Amino acid sequence: MSLLSIENLRTHFFTKAGVVKSVDGVSFDLKRGEILGIVGESGSGKSVTGFSIMGLVDPPGRIVNGSIRFDGKDLVDMPEPDMRALRGRRIAMIFQDPMMTLNPVLRVDTQMIEALRAHGKWTDEDARQRCRDVLGQVGIPSPDERLKSYPHQFSGGMRQRVAIAIALLHQPDLIIADEPTTALDVTIQAQILFEVQKLVAEHNTAMIWVTHDLAVVAGLADRVAVMYAGRIVEMGTTEQVVNRPLHPYTAGLIGSAPSRNARGTRLTQIQGMAPLPMNLPVGCAFRPRCQRASEACSAAPDPSVPEDSQMVRCHYPLRDNHDRGGDA
Amino acid sequence: MTVFIIRRLLQSVLVVAVMTVLVFAGVYAIGNPVEILISQDATEAERAAAIARLGLDKSLPEQYLAFLGNLLKGDLGTSFVFGEPALQLVLERFPATMELAICAMIIAIFIGVPLGLYAGLRPDSWGGRTIMTGSIFGFSLPNFWQGLMLIMLFAVILQWLPAGGRGERGEFLGIESSFFSWDGLSHLILPAINLALFKTSLVIRLTRASVRETINLDYVKFARAKGLKSSRVIGLHVLKNIMIPLVTIIGLEFGSVIAFAVVTETVFAWPGMGKLIIDSIFQLDRPVIVAYLIVIVFLFITINLVVDILYAILDPRVRLSDQKA
Repeated sequence: MSLLSIENLRTHFFTKAGVVKSVDGVSFDLKRGEILGIVGESGSGKSVTGFSIMGLVDPPGRIVNGSIRFDGKDLVDMPEPDMRALRGRRIAMIFQDPMMTLNPVLRVDTQMIEALRAHGKWTDEDARQRCRDVLGQVGIPSPDERLKSYPHQFSGGMRQRVAIAIALLHQPDLIIADEPTTALDVTIQAQILFEVQKLVAEHNTAMIWVTHDLAVVAGLADRVAVMYAGRIVEMGTTEQVVNRPLHPYTAGLIGSAPSRNARGTRLTQIQGMAPLPMNLPVGCAFRPRCQRASEACSAAPDPSVPEDSQMVRCHYPLRDNHDRGGDA
Repeated sequence: MTVFIIRRLLQSVLVVAVMTVLVFAGVYAIGNPVEILISQDATEAERAAAIARLGLDKSLPEQYLAFLGNLLKGDLGTSFVFGEPALQLVLERFPATMELAICAMIIAIFIGVPLGLYAGLRPDSWGGRTIMTGSIFGFSLPNFWQGLMLIMLFAVILQWLPAGGRGERGEFLGIESSFFSWDGLSHLILPAINLALFKTSLVIRLTRASVRETINLDYVKFARAKGLKSSRVIGLHVLKNIMIPLVTIIGLEFGSVIAFAVVTETVFAWPGMGKLIIDSIFQLDRPVIVAYLIVIVFLFITINLVVDILYAILDPRVRLSDQKA
């Protein structure tokens, strides 16, 4: 049985200027120990998907439709006290900007111990011991001293390690990581990716890794979902999506990444701009930027599975290497 | 830290020096206090004697130098009107004003912060909107009129509270204050509310704005993602951060409440420093004006010092030694 099963999730924001359909019909499953990468541009709804699972969508946003089943229970209708008991204990989250995730006026130990005590009684000594252990696990030297420090005394990478340590405190079943390495140096990024991968594998923790960087996901995730304008346009194993993309948008993302083979040539880019969430094109939202689009694309494509377990939402999926030739 | 305090004190000495020069020149420009102090039909000889007694026969720079000489000996001069040491006059009235100011600030904080929190957490609710509309009234009603209306309502119509004066003082731990007797408290409530209304509105609006700003920050979301109860998220994570701007404003306002309680003290016949300074200005009683202003300057400096220290306690990123005072 899958640990997390999301079906037809719709999270909309009811702003004064209109309804923003940030997440508009997202479905996927996640098994224990599995890492799913969600890739997309800013505003594609990938972060909102994460916050919807955490039950942390604030007004004017709300989940209007769909179900999020976690370990057999539906999180959408769950009363807040039950949801709170899950948060941090069984589902944890890591945020994008480590400079902003830790409260600047509270010591690290305060912020760690309160996370422990939110879900049960801990004596001072046990709590400190647990915090020291986990800080050690995420590679923070001399955790004893570091516990007494304030966040501003840490570097960005160290702060993100502390945030990861807080997420790991209760050994959750699921960790949602919202672009946790985007704000870090490349070397730190690589270290953290490596360590997270190791820790997740050790504890058989499932993970959703939200990012705009396909390259990060390629080395980390078991499966990849590509989001565009609130929908998953393509989903499959990492190998499938990265090497044999079916959706023109995925192919565009891969084509626009710099690579060694393309040195000296202009980077290809996806034409046009991401659509405004307030004013999405009718039918396939990628249509205005897609070279393969035709009349048929003004009707929204249904998900199809043209290749083994690789889902795509496109009327004209890419079929062979010529299609993916990079001239697009 | 010590360096920091010493620097602050030197600063205040400089401010006092500039201030005294201004007051001397200012009072001299307004008029001659002798005209007010001496009866119309005094003889020329009596007049000359009075001028000499007050030291007004010397030139202004000489008077100033004499004042500075006395200041170094701790003597701020003698009131022209009362014939008592000016500093003593001011300090006698000081506790009454302090009582009023402290009471007003307590009201402003304990009403303003919770209301501001509520309005910040539920900005679109009926309650939140009502609070914000109410705070506009607090800002815009003229202080003296508001005081008169309070007297009308609570003292004249309802007859619950006295209309003015300071009332009896009680004693507790050797400190004599209106706080420790019922009669004193009942006299204190109306003027304190009158003085607090504006400050309460200010605290409400500042608290609301800070809450609105803080509540969307990542660390608040992260605190919620840890599974903390919202009471702890608000009570610790949000509140400790908004205390930083609040302490600044409350500190500054506390100084201004003390210094400018004049209107309230006049309306409620509260025997504080504000009333003394108004009377002294009318009578051109220069030593009292100078003594009052010196006390106020030192008060402001002290409050700012306390605010800076509180800052360092609240915000670990601030270290006093790094600061350019």
